[in-house]
Amino acid sequence: MATAAGQAAQAPGARPIGRVMAQVAMVMNLDKCIGCHTCSVTCKQAWTNRSGVEYVWFNNVETRPGQGYPRQYEDQDKWRGGWRRTAGGKLKLRAGGRLKKLATIFANPVMPSIRDYYEPWTYDYESLITAPLGDDMPVARPYSLISGEPMKVEWSANWDDNLAGGPEIASGDPIARKLGEKVRFSFEETFMFYLPRICEHCLNPSCVASCPSGAMYKRAEDGIVLVDQEKCRGWRMCVTGCPYKKVYFNHKTGKAEKCTLCYPRVEVGMPTVCSETCVGRLRYLGVILYDVDRVSEAAAVADEHDLYEAQLGVFLDPEDPDVRAAARRDGIPDRWLESARRSPVYALAKRHKVALPLHPEYRTMPMVWYIPPLSPVVDALTGTGHDGEDAGNLFGAIESLRIPAEYLAELFTAGDVAPVNASLRRLAAMRSYMRRINLGEERDETIAAAVGMRGRDIEDMYRLLALAKYEDRYVIPTAYGVDDADRGVIEEVGCSLDTDGGPGMGGMGGPIPFGEASGQPPPASVETFHALRERQTSDGGGHLAGRVNLLNWDGNGTPDGLFPPSGSGGGGAAADRPPDGAGAPEGGAR
Amino acid sequence: MTWLDQALWGVLPYLVLLVLIGGTVWRYRFDKFGWTTRSSELYEKSILRIASPLFHFGLLVVIIGHVVGLAVPKSWTEAVGVSDTMYHVMALSLGIVAGVCTLVGIALLIYRRRTNGPVFSATTVNDKVMYLVLVAAIVAGLATTVLSAGADLAGGHGHDYRVTVSVWFRGIWILHPDVAAMAAATPAFKLHVLIGMALFALFPFSRLVHAFSAPVQYLFRPYIVYRSRDPIPGRASRPAQRGWG
Repeated sequence: MATAAGQAAQAPGARPIGRVMAQVAMVMNLDKCIGCHTCSVTCKQAWTNRSGVEYVWFNNVETRPGQGYPRQYEDQDKWRGGWRRTAGGKLKLRAGGRLKKLATIFANPVMPSIRDYYEPWTYDYESLITAPLGDDMPVARPYSLISGEPMKVEWSANWDDNLAGGPEIASGDPIARKLGEKVRFSFEETFMFYLPRICEHCLNPSCVASCPSGAMYKRAEDGIVLVDQEKCRGWRMCVTGCPYKKVYFNHKTGKAEKCTLCYPRVEVGMPTVCSETCVGRLRYLGVILYDVDRVSEAAAVADEHDLYEAQLGVFLDPEDPDVRAAARRDGIPDRWLESARRSPVYALAKRHKVALPLHPEYRTMPMVWYIPPLSPVVDALTGTGHDGEDAGNLFGAIESLRIPAEYLAELFTAGDVAPVNASLRRLAAMRSYMRRINLGEERDETIAAAVGMRGRDIEDMYRLLALAKYEDRYVIPTAYGVDDADRGVIEEVGCSLDTDGGPGMGGMGGPIPFGEASGQPPPASVETFHALRERQTSDGGGHLAGRVNLLNWDGNGTPDGLFPPSGSGGGGAAADRPPDGAGAPEGGAR
Repeated sequence: MTWLDQALWGVLPYLVLLVLIGGTVWRYRFDKFGWTTRSSELYEKSILRIASPLFHFGLLVVIIGHVVGLAVPKSWTEAVGVSDTMYHVMALSLGIVAGVCTLVGIALLIYRRRTNGPVFSATTVNDKVMYLVLVAAIVAGLATTVLSAGADLAGGHGHDYRVTVSVWFRGIWILHPDVAAMAAATPAFKLHVLIGMALFALFPFSRLVHAFSAPVQYLFRPYIVYRSRDPIPGRASRPAQRGWG
């Protein structure tokens, strides 16, 4: 359990480091999530406020225990997502191999239908102003955005928000079902937390493996999993392949769409929209270096409980000179290595071992990790009248409050309670260790030692988790691999204005012959170019007429229309960002 | 041989080919984003689950039947000892089964398209025209098969398309279409061929293009696809091999 940085390095004489790749990964600190859905809403505004993806939330926040979105997506006996290990020790797509995929291509038997998500709707607002004068208030009736018919609203992406533990909802939770008898959800034992979810940008993505067209790919430079909209043919196998159900089918364009990790922002060193707008400041973005040649073997370990450790074993220590040499050999630039050293994701996942992967048993090697919430334990402890921040009390409570831990273990460690408890113990240790400092007492190294840490490690962790400065949370290097001189993204998008049909060639598509979905969309890099030029870093940019494009808002200033007018007197920007929030992302200002 | 025969069987096939190839190239070049199955499975599954495989697998057999019937000369099958009767029994029985599957499949699909609200509202005029021509082609084709089978059962001989249509068809590819052979075919066959040509002309401009993207390469490519931000040869590219690579 030693956390010395050198410990994670490859032992001398171990097998050589294979091909090194870099991944921009995320950690979310669940203790801080207040379930405000700001991430979901800003993501939706930036990415899926179009027809065809009305029902799509690249980012959603689930109340757990709960059914999730789409409903019961975790029930892989039903949805058959992810990988399974064959008796021979190989990985196979749970929904079937290549031939089975092609044989079921005409009607995918395990694709969720719109009802499993929810039927999106709008309201007949016009009737509010056109209704004839009468005794009754006019009502805006809900209309389906799918069929255009009046509909009864019965479910949506977040229908069970805050309803965790209620018998109707909890009985539909695949994890609660798995725990079976143990979870009775009696009033005394009720617990609840929020689980924000985006695409996991897995190291072993089963959606990519499921795509018959080869349209889905993992970017070699930053590990972001994307759908090539020009190569996607709408076979829908990715939707089945993803066990997290984070690839969606755009029913207007007939193409798959998914979370892009806001790559146009990440490429220029800005955090994703969901991270940027997170009220609780619970998201962390950073680079992980990993050995791609070990991924398939780590994903195929026999015991599901070993998957968490196996994935940690794939991550490479950026402090290790051998790793650095191998990374340079494989074309990873030095500024990415520097960034990896400062990566909060590496620190939380591997150095402090408090972050855990979501459902490692799907064997996709997910790269959005979670720090399990200690709050249910603290709350329960405080409720009994004990000191909820005393290390001894907390350690005891973690052991005795089995149900939250077992539930968390089903989420994060394939049911193995030990890593969850270890993580919770470290969080508990941090609380009591730091409380002593706050109260002016002596630093108590025994608290740190009890969880296999040093006081210094705990203070590092505290800085990352509790202070959570902007520049510590988001350590994102700018894109590389553009050309041999590695000029950076700005010049690159300048050039791609001259792509065929791009604005530099005097055309933006023109009339669209085959319905609204056809024709050529401008390349994303062209959009990024315009976005960068019109980046909303200041109070300017009034030409957007009250609309704010959150995709390229860098968090500075108060663009028109983002906040309501600040009342009388024109006192100016009441919502200005605090000074510590204005830290420039690494590389952005060079 | 009238001028009409010359126009229909000598000139029209090349116009259709031109439209088919030129149109497909054009569509691929300028509308990759619109090149999709436009699946409606998200809206409705229960009918689709039966109808779509019925239609598509039926159609695949029909296509194989067409390839064999049109491309393989009669002398070849006779050389390997397949008698005329044997061939006809095989072709007609398989053809009727596959044709009926296809027809029932598309009938169910159209029924679904018309009665399911979301699916109907996702249907474009383009789709409707395409369905019309596609159904007409299937019905006309099935009619020729049934007529031939009927004639065979009545003891006589049905029209042998292998000495008329097939000869003409093969001639097209060596730029020497046997117009006279095609002109000698029965009206049912002529109608089927004409509708077929209409379908091919429509192909590049409709959702039918998804047939050209049948993902056979999926069987051979590595499971996980890595791609560079920018296509620079030699950087961050891995040798493609089956499995994880």
